[in-house]
Amino acid sequence: MSESESTKPSKINPRFRYEVAKMPGGEKLLQCFQCGTCTSDCPIARFNEKYRPRNIIHMAQIGLKNKILDSEFLWLCASCFTCTDRCPQGVEVASVIRILKNMAAEEGHIPKLFRELLSNLLKTGYVYEVPESRIRRRESLGLPPLPKGDSESILKTIQELKIARILNSE
Amino acid sequence: MEKVGKYMFFLGCTIPYRVSSYEISARKVLQRLSVDLVEMPEFNCCGLPLEPLSHELTLILSARNIAIAEREGLNILTLCPGCSGTLKKTNKALKEDKSLKEEINGRLKEVGLEFKGSVNVKHISQFLIDDVGLDRIKKSVIKPLRGLKVSEHSGCHLSRPRKYLEFEDPENPKALKTLIEATGAKYVEYMDETECCGATVAGIDDKISLSLVREKLSHIKSAGAEALITMCPSCHIMYDANQIRVERMFKETYNIPVLHYTQLLGLAMGISPEELGFDELRVNPSKIVKYAMEIKPRL
Repeated sequence: MSESESTKPSKINPRFRYEVAKMPGGEKLLQCFQCGTCTSDCPIARFNEKYRPRNIIHMAQIGLKNKILDSEFLWLCASCFTCTDRCPQGVEVASVIRILKNMAAEEGHIPKLFRELLSNLLKTGYVYEVPESRIRRRESLGLPPLPKGDSESILKTIQELKIARILNSE
Repeated sequence: MEKVGKYMFFLGCTIPYRVSSYEISARKVLQRLSVDLVEMPEFNCCGLPLEPLSHELTLILSARNIAIAEREGLNILTLCPGCSGTLKKTNKALKEDKSLKEEINGRLKEVGLEFKGSVNVKHISQFLIDDVGLDRIKKSVIKPLRGLKVSEHSGCHLSRPRKYLEFEDPENPKALKTLIEATGAKYVEYMDETECCGATVAGIDDKISLSLVREKLSHIKSAGAEALITMCPSCHIMYDANQIRVERMFKETYNIPVLHYTQLLGLAMGISPEELGFDELRVNPSKIVKYAMEIKPRL
């Protein structure tokens, strides 16, 4: 967030922090005292000036919901959990960021990569499309046949999820 | 040799897609150690790659796999720390939270599956130490790789987040180092050993992920290691397959062979490089292979 940008009070959602805190992994959000350990130890933050876990946590605390959910930087978290393991307040920083990504996804902000992974999963059970040539080559490499996914069964267990319905309706 | 036991072998998505060398060498080595592997009768992704979209989706996908293993009455063994980490987290969460377990079981019931919480999940590193045991591993070594200097990269998801995985200290991981020493090779420390490989942002921002790879390779090179040893398919792709991309992008030369631990152990067991998938590696490992071939086996 650049300093020149101003945020109108109407854009602030004071209930947002409670929404995040009631999700699994978000419970300690309000305990963050902005020490910055997460950002200083974040491998991504060292190579990208927009990605700052401490700022994301602060934005969640004060309720800048749309600003976070519409952002691209949110998707840069590598989920290495270094921030979570080192937070002196026990905030599960990477889980809070995952909660925010889940919320963004439910609003339809889904990077192309994840659409492909989900579509592959529903076709084969694998998130990557394992090429036919590789599947055939297994025998000559002395490997057993690749276990198969049951698409119909997978779909049945996840079709009621919000995310599945969103992707279906697009 | 007495059998170690029977395990449900969980391959994951990345290994069959791009990293056969890990599977080939792991199966060979586990066979030598008398471990019986049972293939998953049905498979789906552990759910980790989709967690950014929905945590619940990940819980369902991993619980499905645990329920399948439970139906067969077998503990799960994985090669990928992402898979073991995710399955372990779900296993713990559902065992500890009755209402969550009921909610997930409500979904699994539709397809005749049920999560009970009766099996455990281990990554091969933990499995080799806890279940196979260092004694048996050391006895299997007929060509101790004395004099070979290697570094290791354990991968974040092997021990992070610490609170959920309860494996080893993520700030000072020892499992892979101990396993390396069991082959006779010398372990070489380097700067920022526990830093992430960046695989999870590859495809979203390659510049960041390749910068992380570059940093790791340069630290390993400065430490004087002759090879890097990994136990994660995604970390392996970053350091092996992407090493040439890093060399091109930054106009630098590293030429550091990246071996799966199971390949290193296989060499020490006297298994031929062909049988361990060495021809699948992208950075030429001939230096290491030549070294191992010159060692006289102790019989």
